[in-house]
Amino acid sequence: MDIIDKLIAKARPQAERGVAGIWLDEKSLVEAARQVRAKGFTKFEAISPYPMHDIDEAMGIPRSFIPWVTFVFGLLGFSFGVWLTWWTSAVDWPLIIGGKPMWSVPAFIPIIFECTILFGALSSVGALIIKCGLPQVDPPVIDPDLSSHKFGLFIPQSDSGFDTTKVEQMLRDLGAADVKQTEF
Amino acid sequence: MIRRAPLVLGNKTLANVTQDIAGLVESFPGPKYFLGLGAALFLLAIFGVAQGSIAAIGMGLMGVNHPVGWGTDIVTFVFWIGIGHAGTLISAVLFLFRQKWRTSIARTAEAMTVFAVMTAGVFPILHTGRPWVAYWLLPYPNQRGPLWVNFRSPLVWDVFAVSTYATVSAVFWYIGMVPDLATIRDRAQNKWRKRIYGALSLGWRGTARNWNHYEMVYMLLAGLSTPLVLSVHSIVSFDFAVANLPGWHTTIFPPYFVAGAIFSGFGMVVTLMCIVRELVPVFKDYITMNHMEAMNKIIMATGLMVGYAYGSEFFMAWYSGIEYEQFAFMNRAFGPMAWSYWIMITCNVIIPQAFWFKKARTSIPIMFVVSIFVNIGMWFERFVITVTSLHRDFLPANWGEFVFTWADFGALFGSFGLFFTLFLLYIRLLPAISIAEVKPVLPVGREGGQHGHH
Repeated sequence: MDIIDKLIAKARPQAERGVAGIWLDEKSLVEAARQVRAKGFTKFEAISPYPMHDIDEAMGIPRSFIPWVTFVFGLLGFSFGVWLTWWTSAVDWPLIIGGKPMWSVPAFIPIIFECTILFGALSSVGALIIKCGLPQVDPPVIDPDLSSHKFGLFIPQSDSGFDTTKVEQMLRDLGAADVKQTEF
Repeated sequence: MIRRAPLVLGNKTLANVTQDIAGLVESFPGPKYFLGLGAALFLLAIFGVAQGSIAAIGMGLMGVNHPVGWGTDIVTFVFWIGIGHAGTLISAVLFLFRQKWRTSIARTAEAMTVFAVMTAGVFPILHTGRPWVAYWLLPYPNQRGPLWVNFRSPLVWDVFAVSTYATVSAVFWYIGMVPDLATIRDRAQNKWRKRIYGALSLGWRGTARNWNHYEMVYMLLAGLSTPLVLSVHSIVSFDFAVANLPGWHTTIFPPYFVAGAIFSGFGMVVTLMCIVRELVPVFKDYITMNHMEAMNKIIMATGLMVGYAYGSEFFMAWYSGIEYEQFAFMNRAFGPMAWSYWIMITCNVIIPQAFWFKKARTSIPIMFVVSIFVNIGMWFERFVITVTSLHRDFLPANWGEFVFTWADFGALFGSFGLFFTLFLLYIRLLPAISIAEVKPVLPVGREGGQHGHH
């Protein structure tokens, strides 16, 4: 199975080096993130097993833009449904069925509705996948427990004012149970 | 202040939750599980033989004939689609209403939706008689003109509604599982397990920025699924209501069908949860008696709604003053197929009344038996609507009977094989409770556990 390992190695994303701190509860991590941000870091990441309360506000993460994608694609799906039913039933091959007009809108509402929902739903998921850079092949894992019961902060080398020893000391001062140099 | 019962029992820590749920995927199931899987595979084989014969030899193997042209295939299709609806109700509608008790049953209910819709989908395709050209139902550019599908037909609405529902439900279910699959990947010791779950998890890393978008998309999908699920059974009811047949041509069909779908779906959820609690004892801490009781209350409420619909149909038939309409309903209750009508009334209206009593609502054996009766009753509801309306229509010269054949029984009972095979495989191969959704509702690390969120 060497081939699969080679393929995985080839497709692996470019990882960045930096310093990570691990916390054992959600609250201390959110507080630590708030302090790290106050010290002027902007590119750091918080990693948690589930979506955390207040982390968006602590890290200054804006509200997700994805509802706009849903809205625009929902409108697009609606227009597609209108166009499809109109063009096939009234333009391309008009047939009188049930004595109804060619462009019999009430009978087309279910089709138009389903197209709206389908486009809206799939585009939202598409936007999520693109925005989060998924799928990623074998991304680096700081600590396997970060998807179970631990909470982590990662500060990359490229962040403004990064200094390995200072950052390590800062994370320890903020109560991290473990601090290590790693890549993410 | 009245104390609220905890949503998860046993004072679990975050690590306990991971171990309980992910550990199930990592361990080898016992003999009880394989006994169940064997039974399901046996039924699946029956399904294959019955539907294979119908596809190879023809629809004439089933009971459908003049004048009853819609039989077991249509009845069972509506039955399974209806089952699916409770899954979406739990995962999407209760999510929008911030009902936190839904978290530990949502994943399995959503899985039930996906598998029920898959099972349902087989039936109309076989009912076309020539399943190999079932793709003609889709509007695609063809060399016959192009001749397009008839968008004024409820059957084409159904194709769009059911395929959209299947797609959106499957995506909703899968996106919900991604973080949990990443948890299993991170725990994996075995190389292949790491690779397979790693691929399925799409390389999810759980960063705050990703969670921010993830939660938004989850809410959007719940918001889109809610009108979708209502539209699907409304459109299924249009298959009947748009026709001019007495017994079908009724304006209350959409809400009546949706209530019936939720009723039957919750019946199936209770059946499945009783089985899951038996097969996986550790899940009793997550799927607590409070969950079962809440679902039993919904069964009783929706059971009363369908009971009201049965009554109002009779009232409307009398009030309309149309003799064909009146005859159709008298024939339902007192004609040659009255047995099916009274099975329906007994199973759907009378038996669920047991849930007025707390003892019945909180007893696993009683609720298991009642939920089975609900499943039976709701199959007969669709049978009553479809077959008793068709078998005696306007002209007595046109009257006839519907007789079940071995192919009808094979297709009906076999479909449970397909459903349960998929379900039992899911229980042991995928995270059967949402790990990332249960953790925030735990009381740990938070004062009083009052601020759980999704």
